[in-house]
Amino acid sequence: MALSRQHELHKRRFGRNLGLGLVLAGFVALVFGMTIVKVTNEDFSVPSSQGAGN
Amino acid sequence: MSDASINTTGAQTQIGDAGFGDYFALLKPRVMSLVVFTALVGLLAAPVGVHPVIGFAAILFIAVGGGASGALNMWWDADIDRIMKRTKGRPIPAGKITEGEAFAFGMTLSVMSVIMLALASNFVAAGLLAFTIFFYVVIYSMWLKRWTPQNIVIGGAAGAFPPMIGWAVATGGISVESVLMFTLIFMWTPPHFWALCLFMKSDYENAGVPMLTVTHGRRATRTHILVYTILLAPIAVGTAFTSIGGPIYLAVALLLNALFLKGAWDIWRRDEVQAEADKYRTEKKVFALSLFYLFGHFTAILAQSALAPFGIGGW
Repeated sequence: MALSRQHELHKRRFGRNLGLGLVLAGFVALVFGMTIVKVTNEDFSVPSSQGAGN
Repeated sequence: MSDASINTTGAQTQIGDAGFGDYFALLKPRVMSLVVFTALVGLLAAPVGVHPVIGFAAILFIAVGGGASGALNMWWDADIDRIMKRTKGRPIPAGKITEGEAFAFGMTLSVMSVIMLALASNFVAAGLLAFTIFFYVVIYSMWLKRWTPQNIVIGGAAGAFPPMIGWAVATGGISVESVLMFTLIFMWTPPHFWALCLFMKSDYENAGVPMLTVTHGRRATRTHILVYTILLAPIAVGTAFTSIGGPIYLAVALLLNALFLKGAWDIWRRDEVQAEADKYRTEKKVFALSLFYLFGHFTAILAQSALAPFGIGGW
């Protein structure tokens, strides 16, 4: 069985890679969003050990 | 997932490159939708507000954790999934994903979801999620499912944790209200599942899973459904008098419990001859009603909390 460029396997693999790429991009965006929310929170403060060095 | 394993002859046993949808199917999306809904209600019904981004992230990680436990369950139960008609089409028995891949996928997502939930919210919520995954995979799937006919009673606890986790995301703790939401699902699971067992006749028997219908017979299962429904009703109605309840919830709970009790009574009164004659019509109806029952109660809790800011709803 020759694996031509248009083989169904390639389509399936492309779909999986695209899906994974989108999930990872979404995950990065979510972590970024969470970070922004946490650091802009009124309760947020820099830990004293780091704060003393600055 | 190697190219070397491509097989064009036997579609049933073929192991090829799985598509994205096959991995998604490993997460048991239908179960995950219930997890998302109940966890969301738990989070929104809590007296403490959560930033929308944090709330969204928390629900997502709870859903991923629930899905990961589903993948691990499919890894462990692959042998019986191949036998049962209902589960034959799952990604592992269908030959789309190997057992090893499902295990790796489930473990990775389990660890990630717990860590991310701890970072997004707090350690109580993350601890509850970790316990839920452990309970579903180790206590239910590995230990109880093939050992005792009470498997679904104790194992049902795993599905009952999500609203408690949602509540913990907002409050950082556990309270009477979150325990009541847990108990509602916990007590609802046995009659819901046993109604299904009554009309999914030979599946569990063929797979050697000690379901109540197999070990104690159908008469005993019918009695168990009625007893659990009677025990469930005061918990469901009693929740109306807590801070998450109110008149809307009370009206919904009274109606749904009356219907569910009537359904359980109808199941109890019938015997197998009657059930066979109308192809388990009552059992199927009660199973469908049980889904609506849970959805109705949690929607009513959600409605109570949504209307509270407008002065409508609570007592």
